[in-house]
Amino acid sequence: MTQATTRAPSQPRRSATAIAPRGNPVSRFLQATEIDTRLLGMCGALVLIWVGFHLYGYFVNGFAAFLTPRNLWNLSVQTSSIGIMATGMVLVIVTRNIDLSVGSLLGFSATIMGVLQVYLLPPLLGLGHPLIWIIAVIAGMATGALVGAFQGWLVGYRKIPAFIVTLGGLLVWRGSAFLIARGETISPVDSTFALLGGGPYGAIGATGSWIVGLLGIAGILALIVNGRRQRIKFQFPLRPVWAEVVLAALGCGVVIGAVLLVNSYPWPRGIVRQYAEANNIVVPPEGLFISHGFAIPVLILLAVGIVMTFISTRTRFGRYAYAMGGNPDAAELAGINTRLMLVKIFALMGTLAGLSAVVASARLNSATNALGTLDELYVIAAAVIGGTSLGGGIGTIYGAILGALVMQSLQTGMVLIGFDAAIQQIVVGSVLVAAVYIDTLYRRRAK
Amino acid sequence: MPIDRTGTPLVELRDISIAFGGIKAVDHVTVDLFAGEVVGLLGHNGAGKSTLIKCLSGAYRKDAGEIFINGEQVEINNPRDARAYNIETIYQTLALADNLDAAANLFLGRELVTGMGTVDDVQMEAETRKIMARLNPNFRKFKDPVSALSGGQRQSVAIARAVYFNAKILIMDEPTAALGPQETQMVAELIDELKRQGLGIFLIDHDVHHVKNLCDRAAVMKNGQLVGVVKVDEVSEDDILAMIIAGKKPEHLAA
Repeated sequence: MTQATTRAPSQPRRSATAIAPRGNPVSRFLQATEIDTRLLGMCGALVLIWVGFHLYGYFVNGFAAFLTPRNLWNLSVQTSSIGIMATGMVLVIVTRNIDLSVGSLLGFSATIMGVLQVYLLPPLLGLGHPLIWIIAVIAGMATGALVGAFQGWLVGYRKIPAFIVTLGGLLVWRGSAFLIARGETISPVDSTFALLGGGPYGAIGATGSWIVGLLGIAGILALIVNGRRQRIKFQFPLRPVWAEVVLAALGCGVVIGAVLLVNSYPWPRGIVRQYAEANNIVVPPEGLFISHGFAIPVLILLAVGIVMTFISTRTRFGRYAYAMGGNPDAAELAGINTRLMLVKIFALMGTLAGLSAVVASARLNSATNALGTLDELYVIAAAVIGGTSLGGGIGTIYGAILGALVMQSLQTGMVLIGFDAAIQQIVVGSVLVAAVYIDTLYRRRAK
Repeated sequence: MPIDRTGTPLVELRDISIAFGGIKAVDHVTVDLFAGEVVGLLGHNGAGKSTLIKCLSGAYRKDAGEIFINGEQVEINNPRDARAYNIETIYQTLALADNLDAAANLFLGRELVTGMGTVDDVQMEAETRKIMARLNPNFRKFKDPVSALSGGQRQSVAIARAVYFNAKILIMDEPTAALGPQETQMVAELIDELKRQGLGIFLIDHDVHHVKNLCDRAAVMKNGQLVGVVKVDEVSEDDILAMIIAGKKPEHLAA
């Protein structure tokens, strides 16, 4: 076990087969890089969906709109709201629970934020006061956290099944949102707040995107170097150097590609003209190319993804959540306060629903009590498609975010090629069931 | 090596009772355990052995009675209390989280953390490799979830957990039930080793033969009541069997 240069063949990562043979080049590559085959499968599915919609548009409708900077940029913004909640849903499902109330909770939080920043705060602070958006965001997330904690308390301490508690919540919070807003649309939201939803001004531009990209690359390299150093320190088997290089190149390639993509989507001409007039810039006759860059909601999703990955893999809290899902009795016997854990997990889910409400209502520049309707299904689907097992104990944050991207790609793609809402529902529903079936097959074979 | 039973016992369960919905699962049972001793708990299914011992491990709360550790009366209300008194339990069901790897299970609830307060997986795996090298040198599957392990390997993870945290009092609930002969032998050797280190061990087992080999004394229960405690050297397997089945001490021992 001490030779530090080659990876011992008896240690396939996350694979249940005892001693994996060093087989064909593909499996050798996967072994050396320790890339999760599930992740690979999801990326494959995503590529298939993207290329499929693009080609369908090209051949059937005569114009291909999917693989364009504009569509992909919009896709990234639309994914954010679902993606943010899906990361929380992973932990909820990992502990063998479910939260059906997230969509309604999103609407409830959005309504509270809307009332605050449109009706209550401007008379107190003055319209456009810089504190308004901050207070609104905090209030929205706090609302989610409190509601979530209350539901978690009912599940953990009062032993009401999460399915029932949150099914009740689904109705209660939607109804409450309606009562507070009296069914009205609250609009427009604070102008700074609106930036959190994306749009030309709610994006960080070309330079900012490159900075984010470089930070991302630095992070990837640091992770790989640090991981290798740790393994050397404790004389664990190492990945071959070429595998580390391939991983680093892949990671950096994805980041650079994303930056190039968002930077190649320019502001629309009307916005450029407005912006030029406001800043006394003369627009040349061929037009100004101002890049969108990463949208703010996408950055929020990235930040949430990083924080949630950290929480779920590097903290005791995360470890306990997975232990509870794997064997609730073992967790209890190990001295884990499982009831308090449930309160915290549902509170975290609620907080993320509140944050998602910020993104969703900022994007629409308004809050309605209907905001987030049916989101719970998309969120659960995203988590499950991303490999979170409803049996508990298994699931990853990055998987859920990819799952959200898959769901949103399907949705967007069908809109682009002109499927109507009824067909969209049928497809999304079928994909969910099929994804879980494939997952079941995969796990059975892995056993 | 004779066991000194003159001093204060390591553990004394005095007059313990616990009832579930009117059924007395444990009915005024008194047992003690000395350092360096293995006491076997025997009886039919439902005799109350596991229930009695769960009062000590903190999984159940006793209705009545007292628990003394080294002569001091203690209250054990949950598994955390038990751990604070260096009581470790290896459960019949093993109490492992199947989806986590050996290191995560070994340290569950007591994770090693880095200076930043994050779980130190690398350090925990290193410690796990160290202790497994001692307990079960053939153990290799450090990265796999424990669901991928064999019964014996799982058992060694459970035992490693108890050993690593310096248990003084070890409770083993049918540790060899799911094991093959070779693995059973491994557990037997381990029990001897722990005994020599001065641990007190409660061993719940169905197999009279095991108890005769591994234990110093045997406490037999039936229908929640204690039938009697005997030194295994002074009785035959048939005597113990008779106690289990008839629920009373054979006459030649009754004195």
